[in-house]
Amino acid sequence: MNKETPLTLLDKPNSYVGRTLSRDAAKRAVAGRGRYTDDIMPARTLHAAFVRSPYGHAKILSIDVEAAKQQQGVALVMTGAELAEMCTGPWVGTLVCFDGMKSEPQHPMAIDRACWQGEPVVMVVATSRAEAEDAAELVTVEYEELPVVIDKETALDPGTPIIHPNLGDNLAFEKTIETGDVEKAVAEADIVIEDTFTFGRHTAVSLEPRALLAEYDPGTERLTIHTSSQCPHMIQAVFARTLGVPEHNVRIVAPDVGGSFGLKIHTFGDEIAATAAAIKLARPVKFIADRLESFATDIHARENRVKGRIAVTKEGIITSMDIDVRSGAGAYSQYPRTSVFEANQILNITGGPYAHENYRASTQVVYLNKVPTSQYRAVGHPIGNTVGESLVDQAAAACGIDPMEFRRRNVMRDDSYPRISAAGIEMRDLSHQQCLETLVDRMGYDALLEEQAEYRKKGIQRGIGIAAFIKGTAPGPAGYYGAGGAPISSQDSCTIKLEPSGGVICMVGVTDQGQGVDTVMGQIAAATLGIPMESVRVIEGDTDAVPYGGGTYASRATAIGGEATYQAAMMLRAEILEIAGVLLQAEPDTLDILDGHVVDKGDSASRISLAEIGRIGHFQVAELPNHIQHTLSATYRFRLKDALYIFTNGIQGAYVEVDTDTGFIKLLNHWVIEDCGRVINPQLADEQVRGGCVQGLGGALYEECVYDSAGQLQNATLADYLVPMAGEMPDIEVAHIQTHTGVSELGAKGVGESGTGAAPAVVMNAVNDAIRPFGGKVTAQPMSPETILKALGKV
Amino acid sequence: MSEATLEISLTVNGEQVTKTVPVRQHLVDFLRNELGFTGSHLGCEHGVCGACSVRVDDAVVRGCLMLAVQADGAKVETVEGLNETGEIADLQKNFVERNAMQCGYCTPGMLITAAELLREPKPVSREEIREHLSGNFCRCTGYHAIVDAVETTINTRLEEG
Repeated sequence: MNKETPLTLLDKPNSYVGRTLSRDAAKRAVAGRGRYTDDIMPARTLHAAFVRSPYGHAKILSIDVEAAKQQQGVALVMTGAELAEMCTGPWVGTLVCFDGMKSEPQHPMAIDRACWQGEPVVMVVATSRAEAEDAAELVTVEYEELPVVIDKETALDPGTPIIHPNLGDNLAFEKTIETGDVEKAVAEADIVIEDTFTFGRHTAVSLEPRALLAEYDPGTERLTIHTSSQCPHMIQAVFARTLGVPEHNVRIVAPDVGGSFGLKIHTFGDEIAATAAAIKLARPVKFIADRLESFATDIHARENRVKGRIAVTKEGIITSMDIDVRSGAGAYSQYPRTSVFEANQILNITGGPYAHENYRASTQVVYLNKVPTSQYRAVGHPIGNTVGESLVDQAAAACGIDPMEFRRRNVMRDDSYPRISAAGIEMRDLSHQQCLETLVDRMGYDALLEEQAEYRKKGIQRGIGIAAFIKGTAPGPAGYYGAGGAPISSQDSCTIKLEPSGGVICMVGVTDQGQGVDTVMGQIAAATLGIPMESVRVIEGDTDAVPYGGGTYASRATAIGGEATYQAAMMLRAEILEIAGVLLQAEPDTLDILDGHVVDKGDSASRISLAEIGRIGHFQVAELPNHIQHTLSATYRFRLKDALYIFTNGIQGAYVEVDTDTGFIKLLNHWVIEDCGRVINPQLADEQVRGGCVQGLGGALYEECVYDSAGQLQNATLADYLVPMAGEMPDIEVAHIQTHTGVSELGAKGVGESGTGAAPAVVMNAVNDAIRPFGGKVTAQPMSPETILKALGKV
Repeated sequence: MSEATLEISLTVNGEQVTKTVPVRQHLVDFLRNELGFTGSHLGCEHGVCGACSVRVDDAVVRGCLMLAVQADGAKVETVEGLNETGEIADLQKNFVERNAMQCGYCTPGMLITAAELLREPKPVSREEIREHLSGNFCRCTGYHAIVDAVETTINTRLEEG
């Protein structure tokens, strides 16, 4: 049930909050007037291309760049050793919050040894990308191949080569969390189910690849970088520190960003190299990854094997769950967010919707000669939800209980918060029961079961899937980004100003990559201040303009940045009313702001416009008494106080048809009921969920970075790495339960990853429901037709 | 090695253009880098993603799979041109209202592809719309909103004759 929440300015009739408004950026996009990094073309821009390791693991014996340097148009050829001389030192991708974690220091470009196919070795900078690529072909690198480690299962076995001998083994990190007594629960259980699940490696495939344009002014020693990034301040900190440029001399601008999904919260060696070239040459240098480079260097994710076990009573009550996770990282732990966060999240969230009290989860994250892994949309959740929800389905089947009813008996009660989950994390303001009953209603669950039975009679195998989930959103400073030691802010800020015209400038640290963050912040500001939307200009994505913040990651923009905007607007509002009170000889608390005018609270009669306050406040300040030291601006920073995350919850449903002859899966319907707290813009929230779902479905059904035994990525093109296209995807019905979070006055939680987090789980449960009568069961993703036919014993 | 070049003359968005271009330059690079029509985007340079879709002599083509020199004498239209002529104003409006894009990178290609369905509008199912758009990759929306926007546009045109 929704808790009683006190009414705020945001709940006024006709409030902009809770209303669908379209995005200005959308109008620009449809006109072809988007402005992405590669669209910015300063005069005399040079272009970087890279010679990359063709081997998964190789010693670099010699590099000959002379022929390349002689090419027309070539301005610079730089090796890894030369780049290292411009850097303050290698990156080490560890955080102190991951106890015992280790990683080999990583240079932006390989120096003596390349550790994955695609690692940059030499940079060529020329007047066009084509000329840079021509010259790169003339660079001769002599390699001595070294043995590769490809299989995470054997990575720790004696006899397996050690990628980084300094580390002593291939182990990046291990961790176990334990609550209660799992072994006792298993021993006493009526039914115990065990299974093993495997997940392929994915990558984000943002349609706009990684992109960077660096410019350096030797006079002012200012470094300006336009880059397709979610986290401008983090990029500022990392690039400044790596290249030894004072942070305050570095300006990062994220113009339009063509998709990000976590990929663009990371830093990459080739981008450091291109920036170093701009400094060295004092000319603009651009690096735009092509699609092959994207596959071979963008972070990968999701490669995990999980052994899971669930214990239940015959009445269908879960008594314990335990998992063992072997997580396959890449050659280095990705700096600065690490490559172990995913495994850590799997431990945190598996079985998270349920009220059981015995839980054990352990992981070992191992290094492999593959592309480094790190955060990708809904980090760890697709894995943890798939494991947990498949075990729940199998347990329900073993008990002979309908899977919806089984979940009904086990989810955390809506009246039981705050409480600590079995993984030891505080849960509050969740609504599993309400979401579940809403899903039953929206799916028409009972009718769907009947329909499925009718189709079975006709030999058509349809499956119904259900997957409950939790999602960690909006992390606080007690976790990885504060205590962990990374230069990443977990607070976020808004500076809001009243201009002389009565217009409002709202500058936020959170960033937009198409979610509509700017629109949402504008809605919050306008609703709080009582001004028309057209009077607000939101500025984001420029470290010269906005107050310090973390940017957009982990579904935090609305939850964290939205509260900062709300509170900053409240402060500005108070100042406006104070000034109005002086001018009108009225008590500020008898006044309100409506449609850009200060009005009497009682009869809403206009007393003075905000434009007049702006005019007086900026130009005719002598009209105000000296003790009014107004700034007509306010800054507010918001962060979580004690909580690790603002957890959200929800449940998804899927209806699929499996062709048991071909193994093809047709997605018929998909439902998501989720609780992101207060919804600011219903349409934008819906579309986050829909897009996220399809990203999850792609991973569950099609996507995998396939490596051969030599460490060669086999499918590094969009023709070979399958992504979901319009023809295969279903319509998706979305509904929101709005249990406001108690950690902010705004009450919003994150919404951007909830679709992705549980879509793989629900579609796998639906497929398994479809093929259960044949004794088939799939536990590997992506669920290719071959996987289905194998499960059915047909190949 | 100096690059081999050729002079080409073509019409781009209604304007006559004559330029000397490297013979290996792709049409989309020519449009973006030489003419500043940056509405066409590069997503895969492989002919798969559809972000670089433009019209050449009224046919939708992949700008990354065609050389600029192949467009000599042709009529080329990009999203900027379609925007100017108003040909797809209703489709654009519906894309905005339905939020049928997020990052916007696929949008120009998506609009040009969807516009093919509008030339002689006839009743189409959502499945047919989905099939028609299946050569255009969108990582953000999950397609549902795009299908909605296209469907609304077609239906409105049919209703309004």
